[in-house]
Amino acid sequence: MEREMGSIVITKIADNIISPLGLGTRDNFNAVLAGKTGIRNHIGSFGLPEPFCASLLNRDEITHIACNMIEEVGKYTFFEKLCILSAKDAIDKCGILAHGQDVLFVLSTTKGNVEYLTESQNNSCCYLAESAKKIANYFGNTNTPVVVSNACVSGVCAQIAAVRELLGGRYSCVVVIGCDVLSKFIISGFQSFKALSPENCRPYDKNRLGLNLGEAAGTIILKSEKTEKENFWYYAAGSIHNDANHISGPSRTGEGSYRVLKDILRKVDVNEIGFVNAHGTATAYNDEMESIAIHRAGLDEICVNGLKGYYGHTLGAAGIIETILSMQAIDNGVVLGTKGFETSGTSFNLNISNKTRETSKNTFVKILSGFGGSNAGISYRKGGKK
Amino acid sequence: MNTLASVMITPEGATLNGKKISSQSVSGLYREFAGDYPKFFKMDSLCKLGFIAAELLLKNMSEEGKENAAIILFNRNGSLITDRNYQKTISDNNYFPSPALFVYTLANIVTGEIAIRHKIYGESSFYVLSGKDEDTMDDIVRNTFMTSDPSFILTGWVDYDSEEDYLADLKLVTK
Repeated sequence: MEREMGSIVITKIADNIISPLGLGTRDNFNAVLAGKTGIRNHIGSFGLPEPFCASLLNRDEITHIACNMIEEVGKYTFFEKLCILSAKDAIDKCGILAHGQDVLFVLSTTKGNVEYLTESQNNSCCYLAESAKKIANYFGNTNTPVVVSNACVSGVCAQIAAVRELLGGRYSCVVVIGCDVLSKFIISGFQSFKALSPENCRPYDKNRLGLNLGEAAGTIILKSEKTEKENFWYYAAGSIHNDANHISGPSRTGEGSYRVLKDILRKVDVNEIGFVNAHGTATAYNDEMESIAIHRAGLDEICVNGLKGYYGHTLGAAGIIETILSMQAIDNGVVLGTKGFETSGTSFNLNISNKTRETSKNTFVKILSGFGGSNAGISYRKGGKK
Repeated sequence: MNTLASVMITPEGATLNGKKISSQSVSGLYREFAGDYPKFFKMDSLCKLGFIAAELLLKNMSEEGKENAAIILFNRNGSLITDRNYQKTISDNNYFPSPALFVYTLANIVTGEIAIRHKIYGESSFYVLSGKDEDTMDDIVRNTFMTSDPSFILTGWVDYDSEEDYLADLKLVTK
């Protein structure tokens, strides 16, 4: 749309991923390419009575790094340290003046500092916007940060929110941070839903048993520019739709996700799409619903992949880190494999493989779905590469 | 932006388009103006508040406009009230986590409840801000109209602190 308006293009100028697979985008991409996973079985962690499989960060390692990198580090919670470390790496890489009045911080998280609810009933750090303020203030930024809290689809919604702020013209640069850390609160909730797999998850597979949760932080810095440059990434389309069906179960017809894909295909040439990076949580309902939505949108032939087998479901970070890894994949001419997938287990057979495949396309679509019936999708196109 | 209708609900009652229409609490407003949606009683207090505010705004809207409408809500507390209630169910000596409660530990569930009730398939978004900053809220809504084409947007502030302290200040706006 911004191209039709003929004035502004939105480009990605820097990114970062911090996860159990690596500290930085490059390390993470190489680990995924090598087929590594952060998912392990954990017994007794967070004081949970039942064991669980999840991709957990090494807190001692992150805290040690934070002590060396962050001034007045004692002021920040583990969640905030992660956000700051991730944003700092991306900001340093592109050299923007993060304190500038034309820079906005957008935070994508589902539960922020919820682990501190156990310590005090009125702990101000549990207010998501207070946490976002501390993070923005660390970089000297005094604009009111925006927290996008749309459950599992937050990471894509936060990028769409950033694009809108840039098109609106009030800001010229937006730092989008996505992060969630796990806790007794979050894991017990997913356990009570019987949504967790007792083993490493198998997205879209006929033997899938549920999802694994994961911890990560990711940052994408978006900037408005007047003209396109070769080899840079540009926002192509974005859309958000509700299923209007159920608050904790996806639509049987994939309604919201289908509408998201249809919106995106109005602005993106299907022949340029290298792959759809789907949500692929490996729950029976989510993967089935996505197969229906992708089929209805006429994308059965397009490569589809899901990255939860490497990271688990990283909640507010998922949309950010999976977008970054999708950009890296196209930069390297590949479609990443869907770790854990063996045999199709959805009503419609999607074009999925557990192996890395080649692509010469320049565009991808990232979709997510989550609690509250929300669905979101975003597409980026690489400039100049045809 | 044009405002089609506005509603305000506080512990003192409800005001529709500037006129006081009731002095009831949230549950009283439900009985007075809805009454036909048993799912209401399963909702947490934030969802009940948002639900009844949306009910008052959308009662007289045509069905055709609703399908492509958007819901964009804001608050400060997120889902903190329900977070605290859920936290009580997972203490070491009384560990009974409830999925029915856990699902409401996400602020955006209120947008989903409204979408389900009114068959709204457009965008649903929830933003958490440090305060009721009208400029930021209007900015986000205006920018949403720039990048998508909803028939109208149900938007505003919906925050629930306690029985004595809550506020829904919602409106329907068009481009």
